[in-house]
Amino acid sequence: MALERKDIKNIAHLARLAISEADIPEYARNLSNILALVEQMQAVDTSGVTPMAHPLDAVQRLREDGVTETDQRDHFQQIAPAVEDGLYLVPKVIE
Amino acid sequence: MHNKTLSELSAGLAGGDFSSEELTGGFLARIGKFDGQLNSFITVTAESALAQARAADARRAQGQAGALTGIPLAQKDIFCTDGVRTSCGSKMLDNFIAPYDATVIEHCNGAGLVMLGKTNMDEFAMGSSNETSFYGAVKNPWDLKAVPGGSSGGSAAAVAARLTPAATGTDTGGSIRQPAALCGITGIKPTYGSVSRYGMIAFASSLDQGGPLARNAEDCALLLNVMAGFDPRDSTSVERATPDYSAALGNPVKGLRIGLPKEYFGAGLDPAVAQAVEEAIAEYRRLGAEVVEISLPNTALAVPTYYVIAPAECSSNLSRMDGVRFGHRCAEPQNLEDLYKRSRGEGFGEEVKRRIMVGTYALSAGYYDAYYLKAQQLRHLIADDFKAAFEKVDVIMGPTSPSVAFDIGARSDDPVAMYLADVYTIAVNLAGLPGMSLPVGFADGRPVGLQIIGNYFDEARMLGAAHQYQLATDWHQRIPHGFE
Repeated sequence: MALERKDIKNIAHLARLAISEADIPEYARNLSNILALVEQMQAVDTSGVTPMAHPLDAVQRLREDGVTETDQRDHFQQIAPAVEDGLYLVPKVIE
Repeated sequence: MHNKTLSELSAGLAGGDFSSEELTGGFLARIGKFDGQLNSFITVTAESALAQARAADARRAQGQAGALTGIPLAQKDIFCTDGVRTSCGSKMLDNFIAPYDATVIEHCNGAGLVMLGKTNMDEFAMGSSNETSFYGAVKNPWDLKAVPGGSSGGSAAAVAARLTPAATGTDTGGSIRQPAALCGITGIKPTYGSVSRYGMIAFASSLDQGGPLARNAEDCALLLNVMAGFDPRDSTSVERATPDYSAALGNPVKGLRIGLPKEYFGAGLDPAVAQAVEEAIAEYRRLGAEVVEISLPNTALAVPTYYVIAPAECSSNLSRMDGVRFGHRCAEPQNLEDLYKRSRGEGFGEEVKRRIMVGTYALSAGYYDAYYLKAQQLRHLIADDFKAAFEKVDVIMGPTSPSVAFDIGARSDDPVAMYLADVYTIAVNLAGLPGMSLPVGFADGRPVGLQIIGNYFDEARMLGAAHQYQLATDWHQRIPHGFE
């Protein structure tokens, strides 16, 4: 299926990606080609086939509900772009 | 020293022929001399490598050395290394100094292996040519005009050029096997869940699996013995005793049942690659293997299925890169949405943005059933093909890649053409099976890889079959011209 300019802008917004106007036709062309490739899936009847969740049919392990991690906030925040008083700083969200 | 295998280096260290410090210094010197041509390393950790080497020598002096203590290796820059930049080949993580070690790194450190540095890779492991790296393309040591394959292209090129005796890699759709094939070395992606994904930056979590790249199967087994093992910190780690991957190296090939999928030898396969692969199969026949034709009827569906599942999972995994807690942040964000969008728009390269957008689309409201659910159903059919095949054969063999290494730039304008070249490797990830590649010849001066696919947890048998071939042939001992 061919994607249009407005589709690309909507997908980029959902993905929180800034893309330039000039690049939109290229994205539209490439994404449409990829979706055309993916479309080959629809030729196969999969009714009644169980979707594969894990190749070895593994399930999530359970563990004791105990404390396993220690507080390493200061260590992890050393690589943050902006922090203050142990909090991550972002532009003001609420006026 | 640089032409020795891991087992030879291990014997040399044990016998006192050289120290780890000398060995490490030797490889660092080769990196300094040759990597300007190849660009296979993003970061060289010379100082810490020499410190690790001296620690390994001290450990040996105290009689506490293991088989690989003091041997240098290179880590793909996807594994988090405490205090060392872990870029994943992306501008997004160019400033990311990992605050902890991945489990694989812990295992390697525990064994006394010496990290020479972090190898170049396609950005976030998305690519088959190593051209999508923020740090520039890697060159193939066999021909500097050619790509090394990807995404573990830096690891493969560095091993082939003897800049390191071995390296780690990760494989989501062929990213260990295809660069191993294109660089003329040996690499194995084990069964999904064998090697911990903790601290291995996620691309597509249901497909990603770490593994070794080395010059032969015996070395891959030695390194996999260190890398693998149950890890409670990875929710998909398989809870079973770690096997001895070297256990079956000495087993003769006689009686081994090899299946050749007819779908892997059809249209699209370069005749020169087909010829090298057929000659390798003939060698297996001479060694006493039984070869039968099999069918994997859903082969053609693997690439379309993969290009739903991998982008969908990547769009989810990469949402953590938002400019807030780590990584690239845009200058002067106007508001929170602007911070997210510009940080991500600037931090990610084109291929990563394409895949995030495909995945976002496939997962967006109203499309889930048609794309992701459908792909997960097809994944079952693809896995069932292999299951049926392994009732008749012990291993499956075929080409790793339909062509030899292509020229840098030759496919960069057509993502779909690049994707289709992964047709033989992708199905293995979708099924969660182990797969490996070993060198079996050349076409136009560029290496050809044979892929061996095994049943779940049957790596030792695959490595044994590869080792027996390597005892009978010398393709794995060829050295690219200029790197002797």
